[in-house]
Amino acid sequence: MLLIYCPYCQVKRAETEFHCGGEAHIARPSDPSKTTDEDWVDFLYTRSNIKGVYAERWRHIHGCGRFFNAVRDTVSDDFLKFYKAGEPMPDLNALAAEAGK
Amino acid sequence: MKRYSFLELAKNAFSAHQNWGRQWRAPEPKAEYDVVIVGAGGHGLATAYYLAKEHGIRNVGVIEKGWLGGGNTGRNTTIVRSNYLWEESAALYNHAIGLWQNLSQDLNYNVMYSARGVLMLAHTVHDVQSAQRHIHANRLAGVQNEWLTPEQAKEYCPPLNISRNIRYPVMGGALQRVGGTARHDAVAWGYARGADALGVDIIQNCAVTGIRRTPDGAVEGVETAKGFIKAKKIGVVTAGHTSVVMSMAGLRLPLESFPLQALVSEPVKPAFPCVVMSNTIHAYISQSDKGELVIGAGTDQFVSYSQAGGIHITNHTIDAICELFPHFRRMRMLRNWGGIVDTTPDRSPILSKTSVPGLYVNCGWGTGGFKATPGSGHLFAHTIAKDEPHPINAPFTIDRFKTGRLIDEAAAAAVAH
Repeated sequence: MLLIYCPYCQVKRAETEFHCGGEAHIARPSDPSKTTDEDWVDFLYTRSNIKGVYAERWRHIHGCGRFFNAVRDTVSDDFLKFYKAGEPMPDLNALAAEAGK
Repeated sequence: MKRYSFLELAKNAFSAHQNWGRQWRAPEPKAEYDVVIVGAGGHGLATAYYLAKEHGIRNVGVIEKGWLGGGNTGRNTTIVRSNYLWEESAALYNHAIGLWQNLSQDLNYNVMYSARGVLMLAHTVHDVQSAQRHIHANRLAGVQNEWLTPEQAKEYCPPLNISRNIRYPVMGGALQRVGGTARHDAVAWGYARGADALGVDIIQNCAVTGIRRTPDGAVEGVETAKGFIKAKKIGVVTAGHTSVVMSMAGLRLPLESFPLQALVSEPVKPAFPCVVMSNTIHAYISQSDKGELVIGAGTDQFVSYSQAGGIHITNHTIDAICELFPHFRRMRMLRNWGGIVDTTPDRSPILSKTSVPGLYVNCGWGTGGFKATPGSGHLFAHTIAKDEPHPINAPFTIDRFKTGRLIDEAAAAAVAH
């Protein structure tokens, strides 16, 4: 069971209040009709599935209902950062180095 | 290879079973192999075994980071069944069922395959319709599966609670009689011993750290903890770590790795005759020959390589077990653990060539790979040896995510996902 911080509600709550939305910062193709099949595969299905530090989406489904992002180490499951949707992806290498991962 | 037999057993009894000898060698890696298999789990060892046995390719090295059979092969709930919805899946898993029947004889190793029946429960009208659809599809695909009323289900599995006043009453179930269990460790050990006897080198405690490619893009070999090993072909069979290993060759895959949990109770006398699973309320239970109840829980919702899942996932399963089988309410659980499963978006595996010449991948078995072990190895060996898929695994390409010919299996495991 993870303890997750919602940057909107500004509280830490149990994982059961949240729903994980998978890898973060995967942008929908801006011009769908010009997007190749390969790019659709990348957008829809291909995931980096990183063993290590990684950015993912969460939704506070039993709270404010809003999406936000988090950086987590997928080996220890420790969270390194929480930030609001729309904010740029932080420097994962710097965060990892800071946390000694 | 020393053949195991009743005579051998009697002979060894005189020396108190102290002189059985090693079942496989512990060789140093050769400089070059025709085929290198990355990962000595059940699927990888089966691949090596069938490469040697059916395709005459005996210069094979199986490289394993830990010890053989120490990953998901030793962590699953040992269920065997083939009642999948789509024809492609039915053919794939039924191919494995065919091999399970004679596997002990083929390997001269008792894998304890026990066709005790797998009963999948229905609790809602939707469940009943879905189960009936599976049964009809299975019948057309030549897969054995039949419908039981709640009373028939109770007769087949007496501990089952079919009273009408529980939260999700049993409305019936789909029974596959050829389904059952097998001893997971014995499957890995049997394949390891068989492959070793045919000349395959199994190299344990030797992590693969890189995949080297020639300037024209083809594979050249693998970098390992014991140095570079040249290989004409490389087959990656590393389950939860497939994305990690394939990234060494610069490939990204449609996979996500999640922890999946299982737990066993204290051992008790035989009390549970079959395998029962329920998608809807997420129960999944059988009894091992040692007497432990073997219970499968669900996956966590987030990508993780931690081999430990959340306790609320286990609790959820135990809640369902206690309602369906009230007489297990006082059982004590002995151990629980997690394994890392690699899931694809359509919940069907990938058994395929890749865009890199000489590199093959067998992955994406997700929450239910054990049942397919013999078939998976058999088909993957064919794919590597012939450099083209067998007709049975031809639909299970990576390309299906581009062409849209997905094999969308909600039944990929008895767990909701």
